[in-house]
Amino acid sequence: MKESISKPIKRVDASAKISGEAKYISDLRFENQLFARTVRSTRVKARIVSIRLPEFPAGYFFVNKDDIPGVNRMRTVVSDHPIFAEDEVSYIGQPILLIVGPEREKVFELTTQIKIEYEEEAAVFSLAEAEKRNTVFTQYGYSKGDPEKAFVEAASIIEDEYSTGLQEHVYLEPQGMAAEYKDDTMYIYGSLQCPFYVEGAMKEVLGWEAKRIRVIQAVTGGAFGGKEEFPSLTACQVAVAALKTRHPVMMIYDRDEDIICSTKRHPSIVRFKAGLDQANNVIALDIDVLYDAGAYTGLSPVVLQRGIFSATGVYNFPHLKVRGRNFMTNTVPSGAYRGFGAPQTIFGTEMLMHNIAVKLGIDPQDYKMRHMLKRGDPTCTGGQIRDEVKLPEIIRKVNEMSAYREKVKAGKKYRGVGLSLFLHGCGFTGNGEQMIRGKIVLRKKDDHVTLIVSSVEMGQGAETVLRKIVAHTLDISIERVICENIDTGLIPDSGPTVASRTTMIVGGLLQQAALELKDRWNETGEIEITRIYSHPDYLRWDNETFHGDAYPTYSWGANVAEVEIDPVTYEIDVKKISAVYDVGVPIDEQTLRGQMQGGLAQGIGWATIEVMNTDKGRLIQHNLTDYKVPTAMDIPEIECEFIENPYEFGPFGAKCAGELPFVGAGPAIAAAVSNALSVPIRKLPITPEYLMEIDNHEN
Amino acid sequence: MKIEFILNEEAKMIEVNPARRLLDILRDDFGLSSVKEGCGEGECGACVVLMDGKAINSCLVPAGNIYGHHIVTLEAFKKTKRYRVIEDAFAEAGSVQCGFCTPGFVMATESLLNENPHPSDAEIKDGLSGNLCRCTGYNMIVKGVKLAAERGEGLW
Repeated sequence: MKESISKPIKRVDASAKISGEAKYISDLRFENQLFARTVRSTRVKARIVSIRLPEFPAGYFFVNKDDIPGVNRMRTVVSDHPIFAEDEVSYIGQPILLIVGPEREKVFELTTQIKIEYEEEAAVFSLAEAEKRNTVFTQYGYSKGDPEKAFVEAASIIEDEYSTGLQEHVYLEPQGMAAEYKDDTMYIYGSLQCPFYVEGAMKEVLGWEAKRIRVIQAVTGGAFGGKEEFPSLTACQVAVAALKTRHPVMMIYDRDEDIICSTKRHPSIVRFKAGLDQANNVIALDIDVLYDAGAYTGLSPVVLQRGIFSATGVYNFPHLKVRGRNFMTNTVPSGAYRGFGAPQTIFGTEMLMHNIAVKLGIDPQDYKMRHMLKRGDPTCTGGQIRDEVKLPEIIRKVNEMSAYREKVKAGKKYRGVGLSLFLHGCGFTGNGEQMIRGKIVLRKKDDHVTLIVSSVEMGQGAETVLRKIVAHTLDISIERVICENIDTGLIPDSGPTVASRTTMIVGGLLQQAALELKDRWNETGEIEITRIYSHPDYLRWDNETFHGDAYPTYSWGANVAEVEIDPVTYEIDVKKISAVYDVGVPIDEQTLRGQMQGGLAQGIGWATIEVMNTDKGRLIQHNLTDYKVPTAMDIPEIECEFIENPYEFGPFGAKCAGELPFVGAGPAIAAAVSNALSVPIRKLPITPEYLMEIDNHEN
Repeated sequence: MKIEFILNEEAKMIEVNPARRLLDILRDDFGLSSVKEGCGEGECGACVVLMDGKAINSCLVPAGNIYGHHIVTLEAFKKTKRYRVIEDAFAEAGSVQCGFCTPGFVMATESLLNENPHPSDAEIKDGLSGNLCRCTGYNMIVKGVKLAAERGEGLW
């Protein structure tokens, strides 16, 4: 019998990376290349009155808005961010122009000699202030059942508010991009997730057709959403510089610059009004979601959509009224980050359920289980949970691994245990997949099969997983399956590498193509098979009313966190995480476990030590000395198990995985801290200052 | 000023501003691209190389401080038996994802095992706490180091 697809193999990129031979963008060199550095706004909100440039030595240039042949906007969901500032700036760090030249030190020196005169204007610094001034970018809403009537009939009503902070991706490799203009074609090389997003943005900025643009991915040192839309901006900037100077132009950010100007996780406020019946079950929820989008809209509308469609977590509340708003503040734009708006709302919902249960004197696990979704239930948007929900089995397993039941009752002050239940909608939200219609090609030539896709390897293991799916389907060794280079001149648009869609959607198309290839294996000559995504017929979605199946299916999970709180400093020591996931069927259990542990580690950081604040629009923490991410000392043993639940349309039954682990960490840790100190937790990150304050207040 | 040092077992003499970072000398002047810049302030460990056998952050070392010292980067270390053991262990344990931090972790592992060939989990975590990884959550890196220590019995 063939080995299970889940059995781990060695990652295909392991040797090149361990030996240091893998070439990242900063390792590439072009003949006669110039270095670029960005001159940025030092004002929160201002009109640019004048820009005085120093004398430039020969071979040094500046590049600004006037050098853009096409449209001076970065293409995304709402294309409002200028490539280079025009007559105004809206946040500290906004790019105004580039200085380009052969010596990096000289380029840096020149950037400090530029004098910009500003006329400052009134700015909005925080989400609270934005709400008062109603600086709404986008607003959405939907409802289910008859919430008004349900609230009138409710036996009791509970209101609560939850908030979360800024989070920086801290991919270990900072942003980097290079452009080379030759043979009437613009070649872009960079650290990026979405080659066709970059191509699309460049088409508009250069005013060129796609055939004159080639976007080539260098080995990418982590992304997590941070290299989803942001690289479109830097790619357009270096392309314009290469066009102007006729030299290859390389722009590598240092860490400070990266943190100051790159996108972040949306800070949030989520307000709840819960209506409870006589038996104390939640029958109606009013949820008001507020996200801080920063100075430009960008991707925020779709982040907010996932946020509000995930806002009921794993529960079936009969009556719902949900509203979501993105607000403008004069801060660095928020954008894509692992979880994409869902972690904020699920944190709120999980803590609401936890806090209600504690108030009622019921174990949070029991209380949550009374509300859980099961197969056949309607989703919050009136779609349907079509596949089996294995939460009861997941919970049994996580209890076994963590001894949750015994520990939660131990009731030792400063030690606590907490549970989170969560899901993640697989693939794009709503009709995203139908809009993109991802395309893949599989080619057999001689003894080799080449898979040709635009899904990139960025650390998550996509190359290993996709090659494994094809090799396993064809029953050949993985060495005989190769990946075409990520070069938009050579690959079809299979969609961006986002939304945990690569394995399920792109891997699914590859498996279908591989099955056809298997049938045709003995044909002579080259065989090429193309597959284009088609949405399962039974799924319905109305993008105007937000009614129907927001996602084709869901992955599920439960985490139990154990924490110890220092009684003096109130620092949180996470002692252990037990995690159980249903991601369909694991394609390579080790790669998957790596995703789960890594996602949890980022979630632990978000929940505990990753503090990022602004003071009047200026980031206080903008380097890795001040912005702390977890080290090996901060991450405990993470025990992680999988419950198989094959999904009909996923390759070998696989569903989505990459974002799911991030979602569960925050609420599990918050619940554990709540359990340790007998206080309700309503805010992430849980800083010692916050804990001390609520502990003194409540106890 | 003129600085003499030993780089990957070869004597070198360079004419350099003594304040220039070792990181830039290695990457830009010698093309040793396994040495990565992740933060430029000694927080992330992506630029770790060995100076006289000990792990150092090359972004924090000015050229003046390497006079007369032995510097070893992964380009030379990867030719050793001990490296082979680490590579196999890291690959098997799933210690690598995006790979940008990995050369630094390899050099830190060599330094750690030189000092302590049989580290406990806690000692491994402590020994690697100067290196950041944002992908793995560290569990599998610790496992990789442990595996290397076991497999490389006698090499360190």
